[in-house]
Amino acid sequence: MEKRKVQWRFLAVPLIFYTIWVIGPTIYTFYLSLTEWDGLTDPNFIGIQNYLDLFNDSIFYTSLVNNFIWLLIFLLVPVVLGLFLAILLSKKIRWAKGFKAAIYSPMILAPVVIGLIWSWIYHPKAGLLNNTLTYVGLNFLTRGWLSNPETALYAVIGAAVWRHTGYVMLLFLAGLTSIPPTLIEAARIDGATAWQRFRYIILPLLKPATVIVLVITMIQSLRAFDFVNIMTRGGPFNSTNVLANYMYTEAFRNYEMGYGAAVAVILFIIMFIFIFFYLRRIREEELSV
Amino acid sequence: MNYLKKRKYLNAFIFLALLLFVIAWLLPVFGAFLTAFRSMDEIMAKGFWTIPEKLSLNNFKVAWTEGNLNTYLLNSFIITIPALIGTLFLSSLAAYALAQYDFKLNMALYLMFVGGMLIPFQILLIPVFKLSNFLGIYNSYWGLIMIHMVFQIGFCTFFLRNFMMTIPEELSEAARMDGCSEFKIFYRIYLPLSKPALAALGTLEFTWIFNDYIWALVLIRDNKFKPVTAGLASLKGNFITSWGVLVAGSLLATIPTIIVFIFLQKYFIRGLTMGTGK
Repeated sequence: MEKRKVQWRFLAVPLIFYTIWVIGPTIYTFYLSLTEWDGLTDPNFIGIQNYLDLFNDSIFYTSLVNNFIWLLIFLLVPVVLGLFLAILLSKKIRWAKGFKAAIYSPMILAPVVIGLIWSWIYHPKAGLLNNTLTYVGLNFLTRGWLSNPETALYAVIGAAVWRHTGYVMLLFLAGLTSIPPTLIEAARIDGATAWQRFRYIILPLLKPATVIVLVITMIQSLRAFDFVNIMTRGGPFNSTNVLANYMYTEAFRNYEMGYGAAVAVILFIIMFIFIFFYLRRIREEELSV
Repeated sequence: MNYLKKRKYLNAFIFLALLLFVIAWLLPVFGAFLTAFRSMDEIMAKGFWTIPEKLSLNNFKVAWTEGNLNTYLLNSFIITIPALIGTLFLSSLAAYALAQYDFKLNMALYLMFVGGMLIPFQILLIPVFKLSNFLGIYNSYWGLIMIHMVFQIGFCTFFLRNFMMTIPEELSEAARMDGCSEFKIFYRIYLPLSKPALAALGTLEFTWIFNDYIWALVLIRDNKFKPVTAGLASLKGNFITSWGVLVAGSLLATIPTIIVFIFLQKYFIRGLTMGTGK
């Protein structure tokens, strides 16, 4: 037996499957984005026409902007809140374990389930939000959260934030446990304020966790589909549409497969920028070991 | 000691603040339960923050039978379990090869799997839809089982490869000296030693595959094959005004993942946080 080649006996089957279901389809979508195709007849090659059309497509722009709003809010709210909660819960607080479990419990629920429950929370008449606002005397704030184009996007993102925050908190908590408490204690004795301890000791030592949090957060906000699809289907008037949902609608509702493929390619390219930096970092780490 | 006293008060304050935060945080869950046990008419008429007149299991019953939740939940298991076993098996093979052997394409393949786990599903939807049609597995359990099994190879290989890198090489070298075959080293040494990683990964992957929505939407047409996520979307279409039934259905749909989480929480968290505590 030739020992040099033995790795392929382990890799062959996984790689064959992976090529057929992941690598091949990725490449094929790039080709399809250059065609006009209803999914039934043969694809008709039209060059870069789909991309030129996207350039003049206002729904595409709305979706793109919504994706970036989503990304921005995700980088602000769950990341900051998650870090804050992690720092509080890493102290010796009563019931800390139960608090942690409560905060990350939404993470095990399917986005579809959360989307449904939150759609009900936003229900204009029977929903928890408007009822609570009325109950505490803030009637003027009540509205149809998901039917109003002004608030719908933020309402959908709110549900997603509820799911994502616990995840971020967990990742930061794991990072915090690796920081020796004696280090922080020593800084305190040397007269470092709470902010200084956070800024110059905790934050730098949290860097590995932070990188993972940022990558996961960016990927999650660009992948956003389930919440939008179950809560609003991108409406009203595309005010909650995002690229992932727009692609799905074009390809599988309007049977514009070529056009949908072009949207998918754009989404892929945007995400690949983040993926590329992450891969480069992993490669450097591996080579330095 | 003034400092210790100050810290004690501070911790008590933090405790109270966290308690209030957690109560607010769980309000949606509490509200969902309360809605599911009440009738929609009552909530519409009297508002949500009123004392319930009557609590009943009726919404759950309707969701379970008329809403087909019984079928959907069963389908979710039929799809998730084979996909989970398949992906763990295939990726442990790939991970072993990447962790154990030094060869030219090693890093490239590793990065391909890592990159593959992060790509948007949208780039795969149309070709996989066509492929499933071509293979005759569209609108069947197999279409979903295959895409989950194969797509998750990316993350699982990444995870297991990193775990297997921590297994000391002396073990396999010693076994090789004794004339152990390469497959036996994998099967008898690496696989058993990877049990903690497989448990963590299995828990995580179970919830991910179970909670998938988009593939079920694209690859299944008939209600009788739909997993619970796509099933809930159909339920939303049929019971659009009966929020009690919808919320009850949502709660029923979460039972399996909650059970997994309660019993395997340790593994779940270990899986999610691997690689951050270096």
